[in-house]
Amino acid sequence: MRTSSFQTQQVITPEGVSFSLILATPLSRFIAWVIDFAAIAAMATCVSSLLAILKIVSTDLHQALGLVAYFTISIVYGIWFEWNWRGQTIGKRLLRLRVVDEHGLPLQINQVIIRNLLRCVDMLPSFYLLGGISCLLSKKVQRLGDYAANTLVIRTPPPQEIDFSQAMSGQFNSFLQHPHLAARLRKTVTPAAARISLQALLRRNDLTPSARLGLFKSLADYFQQEIEFPEEVTQGLTPEQYVRNVVDIVYHQRAKLGDGKRAAHEHQRRTS
Amino acid sequence: MIIDLNHFLEEERPIWQELEALLNRLDTGIGTRLDLHEVERFHYLYHRSSSDLAKVATFASEPDLLTYLEQLVARAYGEIHENHDRRVRFTPARWFFRTWPRTFRKHLSAFWLSLAVTMMGALLGAGAVAFDSEAKEIILPFDHLLGTPSERVAQEEQAKIDRLSGGKGSFSGYLMTHNIRVSLMTFSMGLTWGLGTIISLFYNGAILGAVCLDYIRDGQIVFLAGWLLPHGVIEIPAILLSGQGGFILASALIGRGNSQSLKERLRSSWGDLTTLLGGMGIMLVWAGLIEAYFSQYHEPVLPYSLKIAFGLFELLVLVVFLGFSGRKGDDSPTEL
Repeated sequence: MRTSSFQTQQVITPEGVSFSLILATPLSRFIAWVIDFAAIAAMATCVSSLLAILKIVSTDLHQALGLVAYFTISIVYGIWFEWNWRGQTIGKRLLRLRVVDEHGLPLQINQVIIRNLLRCVDMLPSFYLLGGISCLLSKKVQRLGDYAANTLVIRTPPPQEIDFSQAMSGQFNSFLQHPHLAARLRKTVTPAAARISLQALLRRNDLTPSARLGLFKSLADYFQQEIEFPEEVTQGLTPEQYVRNVVDIVYHQRAKLGDGKRAAHEHQRRTS
Repeated sequence: MIIDLNHFLEEERPIWQELEALLNRLDTGIGTRLDLHEVERFHYLYHRSSSDLAKVATFASEPDLLTYLEQLVARAYGEIHENHDRRVRFTPARWFFRTWPRTFRKHLSAFWLSLAVTMMGALLGAGAVAFDSEAKEIILPFDHLLGTPSERVAQEEQAKIDRLSGGKGSFSGYLMTHNIRVSLMTFSMGLTWGLGTIISLFYNGAILGAVCLDYIRDGQIVFLAGWLLPHGVIEIPAILLSGQGGFILASALIGRGNSQSLKERLRSSWGDLTTLLGGMGIMLVWAGLIEAYFSQYHEPVLPYSLKIAFGLFELLVLVVFLGFSGRKGDDSPTEL
């Protein structure tokens, strides 16, 4: 049921819980690297400016320390940030990427060092070409350094607010006038059918009109075959309304039998 | 069973939000530590959220909710198994005098292989220069080595001014960074199942062999020894150490005669590799300083005997250090 354009890595915890990590795409990793490259250049410039005071003592000393500082920053940058920011550098944090162990565990210091030192091979011949090709060919989108250090770069998208209001619109549900049928429907409907119906309602605006009509017609027909509600409650219902009533019954526990009488009473009150 | 999503969300969302807040706190604060009560609560929240994830994955159908819970549980799982606070007592002196030489000895065969490949390269380089007059120009990438050695020696010994005056620091910095870069490449090429490491060591050996033979043939052995020994006895072993690292990496990839899985083999080599690379870095910083501030001065400024004696002394110290330092309890496993 889950569709995603991203590659994932499945992890099963010792407690038996399974979850998937969304792997970062080579493009997002490249953009993160460009940001990191700019950050390294900025840091090196700052250090060089600070070291400029040494020119008073010796220009040679200033140049020497500037050279060593740039080299050290370019090597230590990734190691320091990934270790202290739990798998993230500035670029990765901005793009919500994170380096993790292949088993979803946090990184060990040796892993961080190895994956960063092996960058020099991934950068060959230039612009991370070898690393990029490795990412494209690898099932886990790993560059060579990741491969040697057993690491993955994953996406950590921001948590999304979950909105059920579209499916559970709170509209009157005529099926609840027959609580015994509603109860039977809850018992009969398979999780797969319920899942498809809920998704169809949540995504109905993404469908073309003809596809929308066809999908809800098929679903309504399916549910009608499963449980037949009396004609008086289904009369005038569009297939979409029919499916929404079904989903309401299946997912909305409080609207079940006990509330059914209240719903019937309310319906009577409204019609009178 | 199909869960009542609204009710489920109402009941469980505070748990997830609490866990998320705790994770955010841990994420943003470097060195944030939880007290015992918070750790217990964190553990409870993780288990409850894991259970919710299992329910949602099995009984519900909301991809956004599933993705959200997966991320939450993945983050919490990582934090539960966090190892930042597992205190690894890193004492530089212990690492330097014990861990590093012991790691070197542990992988001595890889070092011998590294040396053998370099020697083969040196023989080829020397042979090429001996038998082909044009080979020197092809093998040696440095302009100042393309003239005859006796010309260079005369030039160096008659020099009235210090050609490195005002530039020794930057020359030293250049040597350090360049040599570390070359050594890191030699190590990293272990990823090509050792082939790249072999090529890199062989090429370095070929240059060394060609230079040595050129000077020996021209009768400049003393100059050569006085020029190369002070920094070369550290620099060349450092490159051999990077080759050793490359071969360890290659050995982990190939895994011949090792029943562990590839990942396990790689995992068990990380500690030793970082130790060897750390040692290699220290050696090259030292070699860079010596090459810029000592090796480039010849007679009459510095007597060759002094330079050769200093070089041999360094070599002796290095051999004793790598061969014997931290030998007590050598059978126990290498620690960080």
